[in-house]
Amino acid sequence: MRRLRIAQVLAATFVALMLSPAAALAAGEDIHGQLEAIDGQQRVPVPGVTIVVEQDGREIGVAVSDSAGMWVVPVPEAGTYQVRLVVDTLPDGVALTVPGHEVLPDVLVRSSQAKAIRFQLGPGVSSGVGDLDRFLDLVIIGLKLGAIIALCSIGLSLIFGVTGLVNFAHGEMVTLGAVLAYFLHASPLGPEWPLLVAAVPAVLIGAAIGGIQELGLWGPLRRHPTGLIAMLVISIGLSFALRNLILIVFRGEPRPYIDYAVQQKWEFLGISMVPKNIVIILASAAILGVVGLFLQRTKLGTAMRAVADNKDLAESSGINVNAVILTTWIMGSGLAAAGGIFYGVSEQIQFDMGFKMLLLIFAAVVLGGLGTAFGAMVGSFIIGLLVEVSTFWVDNEFKTAIALGVLVVMLLIRPQGLLGSKERIG
Amino acid sequence: MDFGGILVDALRAAVGPVAAAYALSAIGLNLQFGYTGLLNFGHVGFMLAGAYGAAITVEFGGSLWLGIPIGIAAGVLLGLLLGFPTLRLRADYLAIVTISAAEILRLIVRSTWAHPVTRSVFGIRAFADEFFDMNPLDVGASYGWGDFRFSGRQLWVILVSWSVVAIAGFLLYRMIRSPWGRVIRAIREDEYAARSLGKHVFSYKLQSLMLGGGLAGLSGILLAIEQQSVFPDTWQPKITFFLYVIVILGGAGTIIGPIVGAIVFQFLFFFFDRFMTSAQLEGWFGNVLDATGAAQVKLVLVGVGLMTLMAVRPEGIFGHREELLIDER
Repeated sequence: MRRLRIAQVLAATFVALMLSPAAALAAGEDIHGQLEAIDGQQRVPVPGVTIVVEQDGREIGVAVSDSAGMWVVPVPEAGTYQVRLVVDTLPDGVALTVPGHEVLPDVLVRSSQAKAIRFQLGPGVSSGVGDLDRFLDLVIIGLKLGAIIALCSIGLSLIFGVTGLVNFAHGEMVTLGAVLAYFLHASPLGPEWPLLVAAVPAVLIGAAIGGIQELGLWGPLRRHPTGLIAMLVISIGLSFALRNLILIVFRGEPRPYIDYAVQQKWEFLGISMVPKNIVIILASAAILGVVGLFLQRTKLGTAMRAVADNKDLAESSGINVNAVILTTWIMGSGLAAAGGIFYGVSEQIQFDMGFKMLLLIFAAVVLGGLGTAFGAMVGSFIIGLLVEVSTFWVDNEFKTAIALGVLVVMLLIRPQGLLGSKERIG
Repeated sequence: MDFGGILVDALRAAVGPVAAAYALSAIGLNLQFGYTGLLNFGHVGFMLAGAYGAAITVEFGGSLWLGIPIGIAAGVLLGLLLGFPTLRLRADYLAIVTISAAEILRLIVRSTWAHPVTRSVFGIRAFADEFFDMNPLDVGASYGWGDFRFSGRQLWVILVSWSVVAIAGFLLYRMIRSPWGRVIRAIREDEYAARSLGKHVFSYKLQSLMLGGGLAGLSGILLAIEQQSVFPDTWQPKITFFLYVIVILGGAGTIIGPIVGAIVFQFLFFFFDRFMTSAQLEGWFGNVLDATGAAQVKLVLVGVGLMTLMAVRPEGIFGHREELLIDER
């Protein structure tokens, strides 16, 4: 479907070029190209990027790539030109594969030749901006990652709080949300709803699957009684089974949503930001606020915290513990599904995205204190910021290693976490 | 469908060098999980440490016979590093740290930063020539009956690997029956009781984790020798899950369990793999499953199998249900 659309745009551009008088006039020489960010199998057109063609320091023409990433600059005569890509106009998340290769110095155009040239673009943080700007960029990306981790980790932390189970299959709830939304939004087999519409049923189904898990698996196991270690092994078996099931259905390659895939940056007080990052941060903050109010102000939320604090005491004071546990599973899984969709919008969707996220979730939850919702939120933002901002100094490949480092240091100096209580840690 | 061929393939896998390496690794995991009650969800990380320890030593001019103890030491050291911050805490903290550490170790050895040492994704090749030079068998000949055959090279690896498994199994048998073994089983049953008898629980747990890590390191070396190469992406988290299925299938907390578990697991895994592949080729699944999908179904079954075993028959083939709760021997 996606390829078809690109092909249509290409064909339309081609026809327009052939018919337009300007094109006919310049039938001789031009320099053109299509900007595509190539990430493994995936090619995404990059719109809104400025290309400048110069000859001996003299500007010959300027073009901005269109929605298909196409750009064309007519040139007056055969000769050698310099073609420069203006790096600052690259959207967030797209960068030159080889930094510094933004100028092609010797582009030889022969008589009546339409010269096609290519810039190698790939995923990455765009360089060519000042250190402070890059640092602020990273802070925003870190806040976004923190917000996403927070959505995903509240469920893990609360489920641990009310049942004592560290659910290793929680990462798969994240993937499931993203994949369900992909099916409803971008899959040719699905209804192809806009992402905003598709996200709602995806979150609801994710929440329902959490409830079904509790009713069909974890509840019976707890009543059976099954020990903590057996439950952990079962959860890791479930995680492995679900992950590979998703792999069979969704396949291995990463895919993006269609909506919001590539966006033009906003400039605000010297900080450039991608609108979707801001939207993700604000929307997550709103959801987290609602969850916080729910836990503090409503009866059910208070009951949830009471069960997490002391199950027996809560039960003896008349709280229906099983109903509270079921609600926690539904809420936690729904939040994880939402987090997965946000993550899919900001990166790509892949069958093991949740498993990779799980490592960050663990770091966040242990940092904040296992079993607490607010600890999970605080820990998530700290981990998100640390992980992203660290790339300012260290290589991108070590992001997750830093999260593990924080986790281990925290276990050594304050194992109950920032907001956790000491009795829990054993 | 050629059932005979599938059966022979599965049998070859069941006694093959990979099964032996899994058996050795599972003996280490069984010491940690089955006897001490430690949840190590990153066992593959210890195997990686062993394999890279040996391969890097050879790569930098050392002998393989120096590399093997270095690899084992790397596994032991990783156990110390991961156990120290977590073993005083609840069981799940060790699980969280090990699962993360194993995946991050894989990311680090495959990073371009580590390339000068680990050769990143290009891997370290042909590091075990010294081992194959010792082969007394005829490399060109093939040994076996009918289709059930191994080359002289394969048979040499198989003989050595299973001998190592037998030695490790015997040593573990003696250790479990020693006073040391009684203490670690006591810790599994009731940590507080063991502590009240004046046993230093933390130290015993750490020893068990390090010893299991060393065994995993050696098994990683065996796996790498068999392939004559070390690549980062060999050490996927899925190997840890295979090992859990092996330990629980055979019977956690038994000596013979992990060994039989590895043989049965490899047999079933390859039987099902070949079966699904041929069934897909013959068009049993229509357009529902393509070749890749059919090959991945076995992984889903590993996960489902692990859940079912743990929920329905946690004692496995040879285990005793009481052994998981109270030790009566």
